[in-house]
Formats: sequence, C-alpha cells, structure tokens
Amino acid sequence: MLKAPTPEVDVGTALPLLDIRDLTVEFATRRGVVQAVKKVNITLAKGETLGIVGESGSGKSVTSYAVMRILDRAGSIAEGSVLFSGLDLRAAPESDMRDLRGREMSMIFQSPRLALNPIRKVGHQIEDVLLQHAQVGNESVSDKAVEVLEQVRIARPKERYHAYPFELSGGMCQRVVIALALACRPQLLIADEPTTGLDVTTQKAVMDLVVELTRERGMSTILITHDLGLAAAYCDRVVVMEKGHVVETSPSETIFKHPAHAYTRKLMRATPRPGITLRDLLPEEETARARPVAHNPVLATEAPLLAVENLVKEYPRKGVSTTLKKMFGTTPVPEGDVFRAVDGISFQIARGESVGLVGESGCGKSTTSMMVMRLIDKTSGTITFGGEDIGSIPARSFATLPQRKRIQMVFQDPTDSLNPRFTAARAIADPLLRLSDISRGELRARCEELATQVGLPLQFLDRFPHQLSGGQKARVGIARAIALKPDLIILDEPTAALDVSVQAVVLNLLQDLKDSLGMSYLFVSHDLNVVRLLCDRVIVMNTGRIVEQGPTQRVMDAPEAAYTRDLLAAIPHPPV
Amino acid sequence: MTETVSIAPAAAPKQSSNSVFSHAVYVVSENPVTGLAFGLFALIALCALIGPYIVPYDPLASDTAAALQAPSWKHWFGTDQLGRDIFSRVIVATRLDFIIAITSVALVFVMGGFAGIAAGFFGGWTDRVVSRLADTIMAFPLFVLAMGIVAALGNTVTNIVIATAIINFPLYVRVARAEANVRREAGFVQAARLSGNGDFRILLAHILPNIMPIMMVQISLTMGYAILNAAGLSFIGLGVKPPTPEWGIMVAEGAANIISGEWWIALFPGAALMIAVFTFNLLGDGLRDLVDPQRRT
Repeated sequence: MLKAPTPEVDVGTALPLLDIRDLTVEFATRRGVVQAVKKVNITLAKGETLGIVGESGSGKSVTSYAVMRILDRAGSIAEGSVLFSGLDLRAAPESDMRDLRGREMSMIFQSPRLALNPIRKVGHQIEDVLLQHAQVGNESVSDKAVEVLEQVRIARPKERYHAYPFELSGGMCQRVVIALALACRPQLLIADEPTTGLDVTTQKAVMDLVVELTRERGMSTILITHDLGLAAAYCDRVVVMEKGHVVETSPSETIFKHPAHAYTRKLMRATPRPGITLRDLLPEEETARARPVAHNPVLATEAPLLAVENLVKEYPRKGVSTTLKKMFGTTPVPEGDVFRAVDGISFQIARGESVGLVGESGCGKSTTSMMVMRLIDKTSGTITFGGEDIGSIPARSFATLPQRKRIQMVFQDPTDSLNPRFTAARAIADPLLRLSDISRGELRARCEELATQVGLPLQFLDRFPHQLSGGQKARVGIARAIALKPDLIILDEPTAALDVSVQAVVLNLLQDLKDSLGMSYLFVSHDLNVVRLLCDRVIVMNTGRIVEQGPTQRVMDAPEAAYTRDLLAAIPHPPV
Repeated sequence: MTETVSIAPAAAPKQSSNSVFSHAVYVVSENPVTGLAFGLFALIALCALIGPYIVPYDPLASDTAAALQAPSWKHWFGTDQLGRDIFSRVIVATRLDFIIAITSVALVFVMGGFAGIAAGFFGGWTDRVVSRLADTIMAFPLFVLAMGIVAALGNTVTNIVIATAIINFPLYVRVARAEANVRREAGFVQAARLSGNGDFRILLAHILPNIMPIMMVQISLTMGYAILNAAGLSFIGLGVKPPTPEWGIMVAEGAANIISGEWWIALFPGAALMIAVFTFNLLGDGLRDLVDPQRRT
C-alpha cells in the first residue's frame, strides 16, 4: 500500500552505493574479545531502501556504526571491507570520514531528544551542519536552515527555527533530526530505530516523511528496526540478523510469504498481528504444549472489583504567578491555570477480567493507572476497589496499609524498576517482608516457588539485575507483583522494552498466571496488536477522556470513534 | 522457556564471600593507580595502628645534645630544635591525624548524607531548610569558619573534629541531595512503595545503597581535605597543642628553620601530609569501583 513503484532501483547492474563484505567487528571486554558482527555481507543499490531487522544483540546497530566508523573505543573492524561508491571506508583517514559524515552519509538515531543539543536553538544546529560542509555562505545560511525545516514539513518553520529542543514534541524533534541528517543532501541515510518511543500515529508520519524524501532525492536508506511489520511496510529488501550473522536477505514481499530461515519464521510468529491468538506467538513446538487459553466467564451480576467514577487529575500550570499565589495562599488558583491530565473518566473492571487501556503519550493513561495504583492522589472522583473507597486514602499513607497487598503493578522498564543493589531473590522477597507475616525461614522457599511460577531458573535468584537479561528481569518484576497474591495487577507496557520473541513468552506467561491465580489485569499500552491478544475489553483514551470502550473484538474490528480508527490505521502491517 | 535456555547453568555466580574478594583483586589489578593508592593506604593505616610501638625513639624525649642534626643513619629524618627524632614523630603523628580525619568524615557522612538524601527525596520544606543551611555554611570562607569554631568552642581535638565536619557538611548535602533527587522518581522506588515500604525505609534501604558509590568518592576526597584542615588548624596554633606530635605543628615548628638551612624539620612532616592527602584523593575511584555492583560482573 505504501510502496510506489521505484524505477530507479537497479539492483545488480550498476556499482552498488554501499558494499559491505565479510565485515567482522570485535569488542575488547573484561572477558576477552567479543565478536559482535561476524562476516556480514550486505549490498545497497542506489535509491534502494533496505531494512535490517533483528533482536537486541543481533549486531544490527554495530554494523551501521562500523559503516559510519563511529564505533566506541573498545570496538574495531577486525576483518572485511566497507566500500561506499567504490571508496574503502575502512582505510579512509579520519579527516575524510569527517567530511563524508553528514555530507554523503547521515544517520538518524533512536532518541531524537538525545541526538539534539538541548541548549542550542534547532535552527542553529542545522546551520552548524550546513556551514561545516560549506554548503552555503554565512549570509544565506539562516534562510537555508528555514528551508530545510520546511522540507521536513515543520509548520511555521520561521518560528521553529528559534525553538529549543525541549519546546518541541518527540515527533517534531525527530523531524528536526531528519532535517539535520538530510540538510546536505547525502546519498546514504541510516535510520537506527527512528520511531522507537514515538506514538504509532507519529511513527507513521515520520516514516512516510523519510520514505517520501529519500524517494524524491533518489537516496539510499538503511532502516534498522526490531519491528518486522515496519520494515516490511517501508523497505524494498529486508536483511535479517541474528547474533552477528546475516541469516536471510530477501525482497520484503517474499520474506513474509516464504521466510527461508528458521529464525525469520520464529520472529514472524512472535510478531503480534491481527487474526491470531496468544498461543500462536510461541514457537511451533511450544504451542502444542501450552494450555489453551481458559475463558473464565465474567459474571455480570457480581459487583465489579474496581469501579472508577468521574476521576479527575489536575496539575497546576507552572508559572511565577501561581507559585506566588500558592505561597501566600490568598486567592485560589483560577480555573484556566490548571491542566487536566485526566478529565472525568469512569470505567469498571470485573473479577478475573483483563482490560486494556490504550492511547498515545500524554493521553492520561499513565496518570490514570498511577491514581488507581494509589501512587498519586486524585483531584476529584471516586475509586472503589472491592467495595471500599480507596480513592480517599492519601497516596502517602497507602504504602503501609493492608489494602496495598491487593493492588500491584508490573512496570514498563524492567531494568529501571529493579533496585540495582538487590538480588533477584531480595527483590521478590521485598513485598513479602513488608506486607505479609511470612517467617524468615519460609521466605526463601516462597521466593523459589514464585520464581518457578514465572519460569525463572532458580540459579538466577542470587544475581543482580545487571547480570540478568531483559526477559529475566521482566520475570523478576512479575514475580514481585504476584508475590502477595493481589486481586488486581496493573501492567504498564510490561513488554515495551523487550524483544518480540521475549514479549511472546512474557505475554503468554501473564495469561497463564491470570488463569491460574484468578487476577484481574489493567493493561496499559500503546500497542493495539498486543492489547488485542491479551484483553477482554479495551478502553481508548485521548486527551484525558475516554473516547471509546467495549469488547476488544468489537472495538478492533468495528471502531466507532474516529480516533480509534486513526490509531488502528497507523499500525504498520506486514503484507499477509 | 526459550530465552533462558541460552544461558548455561554453569554461569551461576560463585559464593559471595569469594566473589567480593576476587572483585577487590580485580579492581586493584585493573588499575595500577588504584593499586598504588591501596598500598599507600595500607602503609598509612599500619603506621596509625602500630606506629608508636615500632618507632626507634620516644617522640617526646628531647636530647639537646643532638639538636638540629641533619638526616643520618641514626636519625633518618634528622632531629628538631629540642633534639627529638623527626622520623619517630612523623610516624607517631599518623595516628592522631588519621583519627581526626576518620571521625570527622564519619560524623559529616552521617549528618550531611542523611540530611541531603532527605532533602532530595522529600523536597519541599525539608529541602529548603537543609539547602539554605548548606548555602549559609558555604557563604563563609571555610577555613576561617573552622578557625572560628575551634576558637569559640575551645582548643581541643574534639572541636577540630566538629569544625572539620561542619565545613564539609555542604559538600555531602549537595552530592546526596542531587543523587537522591534523580532517584526519587525511579521505577524501583515506585516498586518499593508498592511493596509496602514506608518513606524512611525507602530512603535507607533503597536509595542510600544506590548512592554509596558516589558517596565513597566524596568520603575519600574529604578524608584528604580533613587531614589537611586539621594540620592547617594546628599549624596556626589552634587545636592540637605542642609537644604532641602532629604534622601541622611540626611543619609550623620547622618553618622558622628553613631559612637557616635546617630544611628537614618541616620537609618530612610536610611530605607525610602530602602523601596522605594524595592517597585519599586517589583512593576515591578505587572505592567507587569496589562498591559499585555494576562492576561486579
């Protein structure tokens, strides 16, 4: 649907723009030399868009860093050659590379905010690139910078020229980064996970822009991503990497219809997509073993476990006037000076039900979950949990109350949510020590029982978080959340930081735990494909309000609200 | 299930007591400067512990017949105006300077560290009071403030310790406050709250251990500073009184004789002082590596 015919692609006949041959990249570490990339061969024709897909640790980013010669000090190209328009980049002196970077080959990084200098106006940052490569003279440089901003479809470029990165949204920052990368009209653009961390509608806008600009200029693009759907939707050819090796290279139409390598098949299976069940994500041999998803009938007559009525959270807009007023306490904060993050929402969760809460960043879904979690206080409205009004208990004193046991949470980032100085066992034991009357002697046994439940091998219990993989850390976080046998668990994008194959396993684990322990889930996510698999019902939020709620199947297949339709349309789908 | 299989069970960690020791060996061997710092530290600690029992002469015994002798095999560092053996005095003085530094740093670590963490974690009024207190102390020239405190409270070792602690207070408050502030919103703090930890337990059990690596650097730097400060106070006649052997006093006593050619009286205690400060400054990096779990792979 997105692919227009690309006549300028002539693979094989002409000299390729980029020719990577037998590239091997090594890193010197405490445990000796590690090969991150092993004998990789990739060619890129002029005007071609190539996707490099792989999970973390596959060497896809390292390959691109080697091309740009921006490996960190421990890394070096051990073998092979990188030819860019016939020029050997491996042998080129650093001064030549400096000249090439930005002028002939550019890069877009994962986090647009980190890629921009926070204390310089974006216009000046673009000027730096233009002046560095002597594209324009000093007098016309600011006009040129505005023109470049205009080309990346930034509205009111003259005003944005004077903006600092913190004044722009994430999508806008990424546009500025693209403007920086394309300012000198390079021949090669490397985009390293350019849309990770952006909302799905922003992702679509950014990717459409990149593809359009590169096609317009006949540029070659390498798109590095972990998302097969994204690669398939925007690339001509896809290279699949695993543990430093290229396992498959095919045109993107055929790779989905006839994946040749077992790893590609495994990746494809694990990618959530419409029309499958949760068990289909697992590798074939495990699907057979997994129990079928039990459908606990939700009793409509029973009182709901959680009922939220007209919940509102307001934040004062920051400014000298309000701060002063608050300090002197004379006048109440006027109506217009507050920002309503959550604007009067009502929903219910039944016992044993899993409800998805979806929306883009800033829609208020995290604020809602924090209020239900009793980590922050509401402004108004009620939160009734198990027949008790917990909304009126201040968040500060909730931590040590017995009700704390019944609502737990699994956090978005498994690394950030584990204390770096606690071993896995200590992290799992923490809620048990504080909120249950378990004896010291039984503690270890209970930890081991929980670890077994979440599929964490027992020898990992004595490791620190940095010695565990992402999937193992996620398991520790889940074990900690279920340790007190809660009634409700809030899952805040629990798989957002994980690879798809690990995500598949963790999602299935969550489903099994729900079935065996009879918990309810509130699943907060921006990924509709994942919500579709795990949730019975879905709530769609936008700008602090609920725009639509209903059974998952109905909302996904026949959305009523225009916003829901936009969200669904923006998901990149692999060709089926 | 799948992704756990790739890690062999053989990679399980060794017993913890063993791994702490091997980690220390690794940290020292990885960086020779750290090795040197730990070696010098061990030497200083040894002098402080057993110095008074191994020195060749009584550090207080004067022998006017042997006054102002240059360094020789008999008196390695020479003798001073009263004929006291400077080598013995330098070694014996280590203990006093060491004790002053350690107690004052321990005192300020507990006071400043805790006040700083609380300020960073709670914010609001706690932060305002603690930060303004630190700012007020910073507003004085620190050495002059220390002089004032010792002069006002009385000329004793205890008061030197208190004065040194007070002038280091803002440094600890600022480091601890900044570090705690960053971690206030971290996921593991939220998780700790969900696990039923109250504010104080979060502070002590979750945040404090995580800022220890950076506090270790601070401790090591202020140890050097504390020694220098104690010696400085003694040099100008506050704090430790003669004839007690102390590096600052000894430098002060020897200073008058440098012009007349008896350089050794001031040089050796001064060199001891320099080596001690140098050691503590170098030690910081090594200590940080030692307590940082990220390095313990």
